Amino acid sequence: MAIPVTDNPKSFGLGSILLHWFTALMIIGMYPLGLYIGTLTYYDADYHTVPYWHKSIGMILMGLMLVRVLWRTMNTTPAPLPQPKPLLLATKAAHLLLYLLTATTLISGYMISTADGRGIEVFNWFEIPALPAVTENQEDIAGEIHYLTATMLISLAAIHALAALKHHFIDKDKTLTRMINMRQETNQ
Amino acid sequence: MNLKTVIAGAILAGTITSAQAADYVIDDKGAHASINFSIKHLGYSWVVGRFNEFNGSFSYDEANPAASSVTVNIKPASVDSNHAERDKHLRSEDFLAVDKFPEAKFVSTAFTPADDGSAVLSGNLTLRGVTKPIDISVTKIGEGKDPWGGYRAGFRGTTELKLKEYGINFNLGPASESVYLNLNVEGIRQ
Repeated sequence: MAIPVTDNPKSFGLGSILLHWFTALMIIGMYPLGLYIGTLTYYDADYHTVPYWHKSIGMILMGLMLVRVLWRTMNTTPAPLPQPKPLLLATKAAHLLLYLLTATTLISGYMISTADGRGIEVFNWFEIPALPAVTENQEDIAGEIHYLTATMLISLAAIHALAALKHHFIDKDKTLTRMINMRQETNQ
Repeated sequence: MNLKTVIAGAILAGTITSAQAADYVIDDKGAHASINFSIKHLGYSWVVGRFNEFNGSFSYDEANPAASSVTVNIKPASVDSNHAERDKHLRSEDFLAVDKFPEAKFVSTAFTPADDGSAVLSGNLTLRGVTKPIDISVTKIGEGKDPWGGYRAGFRGTTELKLKEYGINFNLGPASESVYLNLNVEGIRQ
């Protein structure tokens, strides 16, 4: 049996599963990396390298998120598993908010580094050009938004993970396994 | 009161009147004034930047320069070193702490002309909430009519500030403990 790449009404395909876990890993890794940047002093050997990685990974994540959203619109997303209505709504809201917070964090991060018209170098590989600044001292405002939304994102991601575990161990449904195994069919 | 005192008084009054300093407003709107700073980078080169927003006034009379005075208000948040990420850091708690200290200020207390045409401008600088007396070496560049019906006078000043004295303790290395200010001031007579 061929590996299903695309989603179908009953299960996630390889594309969605890989995109989910790659972007999840990057988001989880970026938060401590960002906090670490804030603690660096001028004479730390990492003073230039860690921000460079953070920005490079951020730009790659932005590209992957665009692919992810595009992929989702191109595919038939499997139907949600049965839950009481309020929980179903909460799940939908949380998922939408995860996308929105990721987008805001990525865009605000980009706006810090490009506020002076400099582009963002991605691992000495290519450069993302800067867009004109929107406001004066953009790097300050974008910086505050970046920290706030990143913290909200990582907190919501933790709740998202706990909810997945709750589905797996308490509800004993296929919520978690269908995001791991593309052959996991859920009968809806 | 004898005649001598009256005459002396009249002469003195006359001197004061003739020496009445003209008031000038610093031409920040036309950007014919700038507050620039330089600081060494690791001891290998100079980084330069400036404060884009400030205003001020001075009074000056060529016949009596010692009576000159200056006041300048500076917005530390307008720091511009042509690098957004660095400017963000300069505005933070590590350096200028502009949220806590949104205003910086220089108010002169004395102007001491030397024979060679230079002068020392003494005054109090308030930066990052710390007020300290500083001396600025001043040279007059020139004064006279401008082509648009006004009258202008301009100076250049330089001074050195130790970052630590203003509560800036971020370690930039031993070569970068002082910042040098390079001030260009042109005033329009009122």
